[in-house]
Amino acid sequence: MARAAVSRRSFLGHSYNLVGVVAALVILAWTLVAIFAPYILPHPIGEIVDDDYFGPMRQGLWFGSDYLGRDMLSRVLMGARYTVGISLAAVCIACFSGVVLGMIAAVTGGWLDSCLSRFLDAMNSIPSKLFGLVVVAAVGSSIPALILTLAVIYIPGAYRFARALAVNINTMDFMTVARVRGESIGYLIGSEILPNIIRPVLADFGLRFVFIVLLLSGLSFLGLGLQPPLADWGALVRENIGGLPFAAPAVIVPSLAIASLTISVNLLIDNLPQKIRDRNA
Amino acid sequence: MTSGVLNLVLKRLAIAAVTLLIVLFAVFFATSMLPGDTASILLGQAATPEAVAGLREAMHLNDPAILRFLRWLLGLLHGDLGTSYANDMPVAALIGGRFVNTMKLAGITTLLSVPLALTLGITAAMLRGSPYDRTVTILSIGIISVPEFMVATLAVLLFAVYLKWLPALSSVNEAHSLTDLVRIYAMPVITLTFVISAQMIRMTRAAVIETLSTPYVEMALLKGASRGRMVLRHALPNALGPIVNAVALSLSYLVGGVIIVETIFNYPGIAKLMVDAVATRDLPLIQSCAMIFCLGYLALITTADIIAVISNPRLR
Repeated sequence: MARAAVSRRSFLGHSYNLVGVVAALVILAWTLVAIFAPYILPHPIGEIVDDDYFGPMRQGLWFGSDYLGRDMLSRVLMGARYTVGISLAAVCIACFSGVVLGMIAAVTGGWLDSCLSRFLDAMNSIPSKLFGLVVVAAVGSSIPALILTLAVIYIPGAYRFARALAVNINTMDFMTVARVRGESIGYLIGSEILPNIIRPVLADFGLRFVFIVLLLSGLSFLGLGLQPPLADWGALVRENIGGLPFAAPAVIVPSLAIASLTISVNLLIDNLPQKIRDRNA
Repeated sequence: MTSGVLNLVLKRLAIAAVTLLIVLFAVFFATSMLPGDTASILLGQAATPEAVAGLREAMHLNDPAILRFLRWLLGLLHGDLGTSYANDMPVAALIGGRFVNTMKLAGITTLLSVPLALTLGITAAMLRGSPYDRTVTILSIGIISVPEFMVATLAVLLFAVYLKWLPALSSVNEAHSLTDLVRIYAMPVITLTFVISAQMIRMTRAAVIETLSTPYVEMALLKGASRGRMVLRHALPNALGPIVNAVALSLSYLVGGVIIVETIFNYPGIAKLMVDAVATRDLPLIQSCAMIFCLGYLALITTADIIAVISNPRLR
């Protein structure tokens, strides 16, 4: 993309470009907001502070007010906590399980590999939003249920990615040597394979985080994600959708919050130093 | 077509069949985990325990899950989708008209987005690195990175609130004239076209760029072929397989897209039916809708794979 036009700087031996640094700062800012949200709220999230609903942006109410006249800035800050928190927990579970299973399948091979691959590929051919709908209908949408649902939906993808990388490493000579030494599977995947695939796996982790944020927002938007009084960014768009015909900030701001996070993660991964991003590294 | 290709295609179809079976089982299993006893929900609070037990027996709810699954599967093969819990109508009757509506939406979107995306994708690849290419790339990455409902809200803001060309959130059941029809379909189709095209542009562009970097295209350049001839005669015929593959894959995003779009625009299609069924916990309806979506998705993915096999001469 616009790489030539962007100045490069050096830090810790890698060169970073401006787009990547800005994206990283946006992600850092949302992370801090998610951690410290309860301490920086200008108003309590449930309090009605505006006489009017769908109020415009103005001093004191920087993001306007929502459909009940509550402060939108506070609600978006608190929403960051749920969107970032739930997605991060889900992506950690999904990538950890997927990558471990993928490495085990690659190292072991045989029927275990075929069965796992066939089964997880089948799970992969259920459209993610549909999967979410069905499972949420079945187990409800408490926060732990949502985290597990999102994690399960994205395990097959993580598995496929890690297995493809691990299969390549598995053919290397040092793997044969380790096998001949009689090392255990735990040692093989932890000390021989993982260090060799960790960088692309981390990049994949970021992409999967974006997918999960999008799916969580979509489910909440449909009213099947986080339930009131809790509200993540998708739920905030849903409850304020009535303000759309008059372009109320209450419906635009949470949408922009989602976009700023997902686009930043995408841009950061796109602009990572080649050494980290390269799959063959 | 040689027997090698035929074998590969048959193998792919067999895999699709096995996958379908696993998917159906997963859908059935997830929905039978729904909390609450179906029989007591159906009979309401005033039901006697004997009546509940009787209905459980009649609905075969006491049988093991695997037996109920096989019975459901057998019913499907006979074209029997079951009866909706919520309003006691056959599921097939509920789905019929809605299905046609959704297919109309998907069909119009496909007709619009495929030519649009192919033109943009191929021209962007030809003018790689130009401001035009950068604009197309950045816009398509932007659309891919945001949720579908945001594309929909932005489209409403642009076309209904600022330009005032179309009604904002039209809830529609009856169309009286052609203008009405266009107004009904405009917003959902615009939103879906954006979502689908963004994927398709990216994949098409990547496929053409890969072909343009091959030695025979360089050879064509060296022998003095014009730029247009180089792309149209030398690169495109070879990129055709990957492009059709990209088209089929992108169309599978329609499945996720319609769920959001039908809900936000209150469009009477099968996805809206399913979201409502989830809200009312209407089991047979959820199962049938989910099955239709999975079937469509699987068909598109399998088509994409088969096209990739057929178009690759090295696999023949």
